[in-house]
Amino acid sequence: MGIEIRGVNKNFGDFVALQDIDLSIPSGQLTALLGPSGGGKSTLLRIIAGLESSDSGTIEIEGLDATGLPAQKRNVGFVFQHYAAFKHMTVEKNVAFGLEIRKKPKDEVKRRVAELLKLVHLEQFSHRLPSQLSGGQRQRMALARALAIEPSVLLLDEPFGALDAKVRKELREWLRRLHDEVHVTTVFVTHDQEEALEVSDNLVVINDGRIEQVGSPDDLYDRPASEFVLSFLGPVTRLGDHLIRPHDIDITRYEHAATTSGTITRWTRVGFEIRLEVTPDDTLHPDPVQVIVTRTEATALQLNEGDTVWLRPRAGAETVVS
Amino acid sequence: MASRRAQPRTVGTYARRLLVIGYLFLLVIWPVALVVQKTFEGGLDNLQTALSDPVVTDALQLTVVVALWAVAINTVFGVGISLLLVRYEFRGRGILSALIDLPLSVSPVVVGLALLLAYGGTNGTFGPALEDIGLQVAFATPGIIMATAFVSLPLVIREVVPVLHEIGTEQEQAATSLGAGPWQTFWRITLPSIKWALVYGVVLSLARALGEFGAVKIISGNVAQQTQTATLVVEQKYQDFEQGSAYATSFLLALIAVAALVVVTILRPKDDSDGD
Repeated sequence: MGIEIRGVNKNFGDFVALQDIDLSIPSGQLTALLGPSGGGKSTLLRIIAGLESSDSGTIEIEGLDATGLPAQKRNVGFVFQHYAAFKHMTVEKNVAFGLEIRKKPKDEVKRRVAELLKLVHLEQFSHRLPSQLSGGQRQRMALARALAIEPSVLLLDEPFGALDAKVRKELREWLRRLHDEVHVTTVFVTHDQEEALEVSDNLVVINDGRIEQVGSPDDLYDRPASEFVLSFLGPVTRLGDHLIRPHDIDITRYEHAATTSGTITRWTRVGFEIRLEVTPDDTLHPDPVQVIVTRTEATALQLNEGDTVWLRPRAGAETVVS
Repeated sequence: MASRRAQPRTVGTYARRLLVIGYLFLLVIWPVALVVQKTFEGGLDNLQTALSDPVVTDALQLTVVVALWAVAINTVFGVGISLLLVRYEFRGRGILSALIDLPLSVSPVVVGLALLLAYGGTNGTFGPALEDIGLQVAFATPGIIMATAFVSLPLVIREVVPVLHEIGTEQEQAATSLGAGPWQTFWRITLPSIKWALVYGVVLSLARALGEFGAVKIISGNVAQQTQTATLVVEQKYQDFEQGSAYATSFLLALIAVAALVVVTILRPKDDSDGD
C-alpha cells in the first residue's frame, strides 16, 4: 500500500531525469524527497500526480494502478511551490473548487470548506482574494484546497521554497503537526536538508535521477550509504583519510593517541557556535579541517587563532573512509 | 517603483507636453471634432435626414450584423488560436504566429481581392461549388463577414497571447489535479484569467470591424440597400454631394466605437493583475 513505484524512467530529450526508479512510499507517513536542484525529485513527484508521464514503469497509489490514469482521476492533492492560487476566486471558492467539480451538495461543500479553513487558520480570510494574502497564507490555502478532495495521497512540490526563512520554519512545524492530525500519505519535495530531517518520517535522497538512499532521518544522518548522502545531509570535512562532520571532531590542547596536529588558521563566531579552520601539520593531508565547537568549549580551551591543537574523531562519530 | 515625476517641472516639461498635445490635436482631435461640428451644423437636421434615409439605415444595420458576426468568429477562433500558440509545441508554430499578423500588414484591398478570387460566384476557386449548394459568398453578407473577420483577426490574439504566457500553466494544473476535466479547466480557470484581455481584444475587433472599408468594398460589390455597409455609404453620400448624411453616418460610426472603448475603460479594474 502507499505508493509503489516500479522501474520508472524519464528522459527530456537527451537529459536523463529519472533512471530505473523503484520505490515504496509507506502509507500514512510523511516522506521527503531530498536532493539537489535538477536531480529529478520534482519530476518524480509530478509523475506520481500524473502531471508528467513516465517513459516506462508503473505507479500504484494505495493499491490502485494509476500508470495510465489522467491527473484528474488520480485523486491526488498537489501543492505547488508558487501556490497556483486561483487568482479570480476568493479563498473560500479556491478551497471549494475540487468539491464543486465533484458536484457535492451545497451545504456539504460549505461545511467542509469551513472545517478546512479552520484547520489552516484562515477562517477570517474566507472572502479575501489570494492577492490580499501573504505568501504563507496563500500556501496554507493551497493546502486546504488540496485536502478538500480527501486525496489518497498529498504531494507537495517545494511547498515552502518561495517563503522567507522565518515563515518557512513556522510552516514546516505546522505541516508536521497537521500531518499528525490528518494522517494522509504525504510526499514532499525539498532541497533543504534541515527541512527534510526535521519534518519527515521517511527520507529518500535523489541525485542525478537515481535514488541514493532511503531510510529514516536518523538512519541517513548516522549511517549514510555514500559520500554524497553524508555531504548532502550536513556539513562535512576531511580528517586524515576520513570524511566526518565538523561537530564530530574532538579538539584538545594536548597530544593523544591517534590524533592530527595543526594550527588554527581561522576563527569565526556564528551565534552560539565557533567555526574553526585547522591547517594540519601532516603534509599528506594539508587541506584545512573544519571544526565546530560550542562557545563554552572554545572558552574552556582558550582557543585562539594561531594556536596549535590536536584533533581526533569523537567517540561514536560516523565517518566514511574515502 | 521610482516615480518619474521626481524631477521638478521645467520649461522643457511643458514644451514636451505641448508638442504631444499639439500633435494629437492636429492629427486626431481637431479633424474628428470637425466631423462632429459639421454633423450638428444645422441642429439635428443632418442626423434626421440620414436616419430617415433607408440607404443609410440599411447600411448601418448591415454593418452591425457583420461586425457582430465577425467579432463572434474572432472571439472563438482568437481564443482557440491563442491557446494553440501558447500551450502547445508543434512544427510550424513560428510560421503560424507570423501569419496571424498578416492581416495587419497586408492592405485590406488585397484581402478583398484575394477573397474574391477564392469565393467569386463564377470564376472563384470555391465560389461555384458553394453556389451550387445555395451559399453565395462574394457580393453577399457571408463574404463581407469573412473580409471583416480576416482584417480584425489579430486583434483578439495579440491581446490574449501575452496574458496566457503570463498566467502560466500552474493554475490549470492545479485544477486538473483537483479533478477538473479540460472543459471545466477552460471555463473555470483559463477563461476568467484572460477575461479582460479578451474583452479588450473584442472591443478593438468591434471598432475595427465597424470601420472596415477597403476589403469590404471589393468583396461586397457595394450595392445600396443590399451589400453596402456604413463606411461605403459615407463615401457614396460624400461623392453624391449629400455631405450632411455622410457626416452624420461618420459621427454614428465614431460614436459606437468610442462608446465601446469608454465602457471597457470604465469596467476594467484599475489593477487587475496584482499579486504574483
